[in-house]
Amino acid sequence: MALMRITSPHAHNKQSTSDVMKLVLLATLPGVLALTVAFGWGTLINILLASIFGLGLEALALAARKRPIAFYLKDYSALVTAVLLGIALPPYSAWWILLTGMFFSIIVAKQLYGGLGYNPFNPAMVGYVVLLISFPIQMTTWAAPIELLPASISIPNLWESLLIALGFMQFPSVDGFTMATPLDLLRQNNALMIDDLKQQYSQIGDWGGTGWEWVSLGFLAGGLFLLYRKIFTWHAPISMLVALGLMSALFYDGGSSASSGSPSFQLLTGAAIFGAFFIVTDPVSSAVSNKGRIIYGAGIGILIFLIRKWGNYPDAVAFAVLLMNFAAPLIDHYTQPTTYGHSKKSK
Amino acid sequence: MNHIWDFHGGIHPLENKTQSLSKAIVTAPIAPQLTLPLSQHIGAPAKAIVQVGDYVLKGQCIAEAVGPVSVPLHAPTSGTVIAIEQRTIPHASGLEDNCIVIETNGKDEWRARNPIADYTQLDKSMLIKIISDAGISGMGGAGFPTSIKLNTRDDTSIDTLILNATECEPYITADHSLMREYADEIASGVAILAKIIKPTKILFGIEDNKLDVVEGISAALAKHDFAVLTGLATEAEVITFPTKYPSGGEKQLIQILTGKEVPSGGLPAQLGIVCQNIGTAVAIHNAVCLDEPLISRITTVTGDAVNQPCNYHTLLGTPVEFLLAQSDYQENQSARLIMGGPMMGFALANTAVPVIKTSNCILAPTEQELPTPPPAQACIRCGMCAEACPASLLPQQLYWFAQGKELDKLEEHNIADCIECGACSYVCPSNIPLVQYYRASKVDIKQRKVDHQNAELAKERFDARQERLQRLEDEKIAARQARQAAAKLAAEKRGKEDVKSAAVEAAVERVKAKKAKGAQESTGSPETKEKENQANIIATESDDPIARAVAKRAAQQAEDAANPENKLVRAVASAEQRVSKSQTRVVDAEANNDENLALFKQAAEKAEAKLTSAQQALIDFRAQNSAQE
Repeated sequence: MALMRITSPHAHNKQSTSDVMKLVLLATLPGVLALTVAFGWGTLINILLASIFGLGLEALALAARKRPIAFYLKDYSALVTAVLLGIALPPYSAWWILLTGMFFSIIVAKQLYGGLGYNPFNPAMVGYVVLLISFPIQMTTWAAPIELLPASISIPNLWESLLIALGFMQFPSVDGFTMATPLDLLRQNNALMIDDLKQQYSQIGDWGGTGWEWVSLGFLAGGLFLLYRKIFTWHAPISMLVALGLMSALFYDGGSSASSGSPSFQLLTGAAIFGAFFIVTDPVSSAVSNKGRIIYGAGIGILIFLIRKWGNYPDAVAFAVLLMNFAAPLIDHYTQPTTYGHSKKSK
Repeated sequence: MNHIWDFHGGIHPLENKTQSLSKAIVTAPIAPQLTLPLSQHIGAPAKAIVQVGDYVLKGQCIAEAVGPVSVPLHAPTSGTVIAIEQRTIPHASGLEDNCIVIETNGKDEWRARNPIADYTQLDKSMLIKIISDAGISGMGGAGFPTSIKLNTRDDTSIDTLILNATECEPYITADHSLMREYADEIASGVAILAKIIKPTKILFGIEDNKLDVVEGISAALAKHDFAVLTGLATEAEVITFPTKYPSGGEKQLIQILTGKEVPSGGLPAQLGIVCQNIGTAVAIHNAVCLDEPLISRITTVTGDAVNQPCNYHTLLGTPVEFLLAQSDYQENQSARLIMGGPMMGFALANTAVPVIKTSNCILAPTEQELPTPPPAQACIRCGMCAEACPASLLPQQLYWFAQGKELDKLEEHNIADCIECGACSYVCPSNIPLVQYYRASKVDIKQRKVDHQNAELAKERFDARQERLQRLEDEKIAARQARQAAAKLAAEKRGKEDVKSAAVEAAVERVKAKKAKGAQESTGSPETKEKENQANIIATESDDPIARAVAKRAAQQAEDAANPENKLVRAVASAEQRVSKSQTRVVDAEANNDENLALFKQAAEKAEAKLTSAQQALIDFRAQNSAQE
């Protein structure tokens, strides 16, 4: 009888990295559902195409790097990146937008750095930022919430949505079908009080952007589920939301024409909640200690507000995350937790 | 009720303790052969004092302690010593070590025992001597000699005695069953410990998955009046706390019960705490009250590959396979054999290894129970390990640095404080054997320290040599200057005004004289002369330092051949130097109380002897020469 000789520990928790990734995918469901209800099938098509491109590119890179393809595909990390980018991009994005985005996410930001675990930057956000800088028009053309569309415009069904993404079909009517996002409106506004703006533009809802409120709540539900399952700790996402909320409260002047909107508007519009629970929590590219993650999250929250209010881009989660990715090693250096037996008390 | 604290991290693996608790402790039969490794504890191995063929009685000392950190070994039963040889010992690496093998005769014949009627009459040192002679080392796992832990210096005041009954590892129930059935013996051992270290507080720590024994232990402890034993207002208290692995680690238990942290690299004694396992307490009771040395222990045999899991009262040296057979071991279902628990135990190389003083469990799991770990995936720095680490380390960072062999970074991140509990590996979703990386890195760091020390020593030696050479050179220059000054003086004396020309003249004369002398001396052999000249040319002109050195040496040898007295004179000079150096070293060592004083003295004597012989050789040579002349 050959006895196995391995070192301790012999017992092991059942949860694997693939399980973690699968839970993250599961947690995106409420948000994706809300996106689909609010903006039509576009997001689902995004996710579908991004996943196909993502897995294909990952397999290609693994083959080129002579790594076992099935073993690494099974960690589901490429799929998570694809889904996150698919959610972040405007619904009904063209296939080449998705392909370019996935190329920069998977090949450049991840595999060229050595694959999962070695990427200093969040892959989905790298892909997003490359697209945002390269194709600003496509990236800022967001479908209008369905509830705000005039009855004359027919909403594309699933098949038509796919054809639109693949370029075989045009939007029913580009002008009527897309609208400036609430954050866009607010950034370009310089004459109207917030309340007047809201009267004039139906995209701005009671709490956040119309439709966006539900999307944000969907992602909040998914995020809380992951928190409950201890997939990540509360430190980074909560400190990011608190920082963003505090900044917007500080600069919310009761709704003048220079106002950037109420804290609830800032938190429930755009990618704030999605970013907090699905992007900021990416462990690979964030700070490692709990204290470090508080600083990391707060930095992102502050940067989001700064860029939203004074920057050139309507939303800022991607830039803020990448900037803080740069800072993560420095944060780690200064936030090493006190090891047992090293506290000043016991010295 | 004493306040309890929490420690950072920790995990809740499946406990799997009920399997081995359904039965009372079973006394295992005597195995036909007992294998007793000479090193069952931390410290120097014991030295065998029996010979092959000797008949030994139960409890007879068969190996004695060597040096201060060591414990003796006793025969677990009567029988004949049939071998003292290398056998596989229970060790993670499956290595072999010296063992005494006893063939048992089944009579279980005791040596004469002289139990002490009233140990309270004995003082601390006598009690510690009894414990030391009984071969007791910590029975919780590490196996540190108990007498050393108890022999605290008089200037460190110990105010807290902690009894570790935590047994936080899954599967193991040796201490649990001990508490169920030996509460009085445990309490008696605690009383002896209290008598030795005189604490003001005795804290008996039990995880809340063993609440059934609390009442019995409390009642047993209540039978002793600790205040009388210590002469202080000592009280004993049983404290239960939530089950969490690794609360039984000494550092963690101290934190739970006192809220204090043992300083990094320090000992609990610095906090006024001594921590003892309850198995050790029973061994102390047996040694003091019954005059029985440590020859047996409670060992759990469990796992799905045995049909009758239970706790055995087993003799030390009993082969693992013998115990497994008692429990109806299913060999074909067993994938690995673990000595200790599933978190910190080690896999056994074979089933012939013996139970030793630290063997609290033999775990025979099936593949379903503890599956073979799948290949490790990439670290995604999820931080679950950091959440689980009881030492508040950053395991994911340590892993990163360990892969890159960044030893400085590892030390900066306090790898030395890792207790290797395995909590990080347990939670790692990527199945990375983190602890294995840390173990290897710790060894690398240790090795680097040794290398560094050696390098320092070599550098010191080199510097000393350079200094010596420089000094000789300086002396030469000083001598030359002295000669020049003398020449100047002489010239002035001679009344010549032109000092310079006088010096030149003097030099020319010297050279002439030398040449004449050289010609005279080396006339005997033109060959030698030729060689000498050549060597001189190379010695002064060659670019290659090695060639120069070789040539210099050749020139010297040639000169020596021409004039053997030179060599002897040099030998005397160097011997003189050595003598003076060794003497200064002795003086220094005496001043500094250096432990190597004796060695230095020896060296000095040797150097003096050498000097005498060199001087004698020179005198002899001169005498011979003058005789010839």
